[in-house]
Amino acid sequence: MAAVAKRVPLPAILLANDLLDGDVVFAAAAGPDGLAWTRDPAQALVASDDAAAERLEAFAAAELRGNTVVDAYLVEVGLEGGRPVPRHFRERFKTLGPSNRPDLGKQAGEGIAPAPKG
Amino acid sequence: MYRYDEFDERFVRERVAQFADQVARRLDGSLSEDEFKPLRLKNGVYLQLHAYMLRIAVPYGTLNARQLRQLALIGERYDRGYGHFTTRTNLQFNWPKLRDIPAILGLLADVEMHCIQTSGNCIRNVTADHFAGVARDEIEDPRPTAELIRQWSSGHPEFSYLPRKFKIAVTGAEEDRAVTRAHDIGLRLRRHPDTQEICYEVSVGGGLGRTPMIGKVVRDDLPKKDLLAYLEAILRVYNLEGRRDNKYKARVKILVHEIGAEEFARRVEAEFAQLDGPSINADPEEVARIAAYFAPPAYETLPAVSNTLEAAKACNPVFARWVEVNTTAHKVPGYTAVTISLKPVGQAPGDATSAQMRTVADLAERYSLDELRVTHAQNLVLPHVRLRDLPAIWQKLGEAGLAEANIGLVTDIISCPGLDYCALATARSIPIAQAIQQRFADAQRQREIGPLGIKISGCINACGHHHVGHIGILGLEKRGIESYQITLGGDAGENAAIGEILGPGLAAEEVPAAIERIVAVYLAERLEAESFIDAVRRLGLAPFKAAFQEVPRAAA
Repeated sequence: MAAVAKRVPLPAILLANDLLDGDVVFAAAAGPDGLAWTRDPAQALVASDDAAAERLEAFAAAELRGNTVVDAYLVEVGLEGGRPVPRHFRERFKTLGPSNRPDLGKQAGEGIAPAPKG
Repeated sequence: MYRYDEFDERFVRERVAQFADQVARRLDGSLSEDEFKPLRLKNGVYLQLHAYMLRIAVPYGTLNARQLRQLALIGERYDRGYGHFTTRTNLQFNWPKLRDIPAILGLLADVEMHCIQTSGNCIRNVTADHFAGVARDEIEDPRPTAELIRQWSSGHPEFSYLPRKFKIAVTGAEEDRAVTRAHDIGLRLRRHPDTQEICYEVSVGGGLGRTPMIGKVVRDDLPKKDLLAYLEAILRVYNLEGRRDNKYKARVKILVHEIGAEEFARRVEAEFAQLDGPSINADPEEVARIAAYFAPPAYETLPAVSNTLEAAKACNPVFARWVEVNTTAHKVPGYTAVTISLKPVGQAPGDATSAQMRTVADLAERYSLDELRVTHAQNLVLPHVRLRDLPAIWQKLGEAGLAEANIGLVTDIISCPGLDYCALATARSIPIAQAIQQRFADAQRQREIGPLGIKISGCINACGHHHVGHIGILGLEKRGIESYQITLGGDAGENAAIGEILGPGLAAEEVPAAIERIVAVYLAERLEAESFIDAVRRLGLAPFKAAFQEVPRAAA
């Protein structure tokens, strides 16, 4: 029997790459009980307990089967100013973009809706 | 330049259609990611950190203006307006969308280009001396050999599922500018000392990565006509006996190392003896047909010295310096080969924008008989330039931000994309290259230091060739932060050598100061006109190690 993969420490978020575009996407709350993908890391749903993490894992498995995303996995985060920030530098780059090109990627606002005014 | 015949054309077009169908089946869910991944890799499509990546083959680094313009167009229409030239002389786009890749492959096929065998466990894009056909120290042009191998290896049914990837490089010159000894197979065209006939010296089992090895010569006088049968014998021995149980031990270098070069050569010779050579070796007519594409172009008869050039140099020292550093003697009088630096200080090494690609394409068409080359050092070459045209070329390059006079100097750094893009990387490479470039940006200082090759990889796979850098830098992860290991004494040339580690890893911000100290030892200890690498060979590691240990470090 295959060993059960060890889960990352919590709190954690779920990220993946969109199948069609390759963009990094994050699982976020949608509607009363649902989950949906967002390109904005600030919107990522933070799982702080096992039940929430299991829900993200179940969503990842379904979405991989449904061929909407690839390379979905949980990432340990800390909270900075209320926003989840991956603890490992590799995944931090996935939430930002190439560090030598601040004009590209999420750090340049790509795929992220501007915050509502007022 | 080689032009596709009807078979090449059909092969590439069929592959575009096949892959378009595979992408469609992936998108409609009839192929899972596990099923699709090997198919996309066979067509150069990777998944990186932020997006997909498409690797386009530039066979033996040769392009014409039309092809480079097409790459510029693809960069603009389907990517973010730039591409990255790699140490395999390929071009990578960092942001293509999967849905667009069939269209991109179609545009490539329109200009006789493709992404076939730029990934996967097959024979990869064959590389060659970037001064092929023009270098004064050349015995024979390596491109006909490289093209023959491209044709033989493309879709070769027996060698499509090797234990691991397989890289071949060819040089026909005295100086090894193609890093042949760090390849699975390195071919060097040479004159047989007795018969004076041109033959191949064949080395096998070189490679960088996790277990760096310098290739061992297994045959030093292979007749040219026997090339394909001999390659087939090497690949057969490897295909049968190379390890498939452990991907880290699967390259041919491990097999050669484990059984010894002599025993490996014996097995290859035994296989070669029983192969039906005539049925494998290329038909001499086909060899001649290929070679004819690489016949020297129609050069003008020109004086060896251009008064126009000399006058321009005399009144512009910056231009004179660029000519001194970025041009290479050509075998034809009145001509020169220009190396265009893709390492302007502060930019990502090897990156070129679509606008820059168009500028270079225009220059190639107007001034270099419609030909250009990509070098393994991530620069571009205009191989056939009249000396008198240099001022105009320099002017245009300057307008495009491409007139950096640093070829072979401390700021001409080889760097892989590293963790800014690559999903395999363990640390960033580009910002390290940029920080070192800034530190040594002063032109006078670069001149004083002279030839010095720094090479940076963002992981152990060594795409940035760090092992063979005079100074090598390897980015790793150590306790949750990026850490950089420095090696010294590597050499990518005919005296190929693997560098040795100087000491414990450094934090990113400590790297420029460490390089500074290493360079200071060289400047203090060098003999007159002694290059950095020669000084390292003479002095040994000790004085450099001592200086390295004094690098101030952040508290652990």
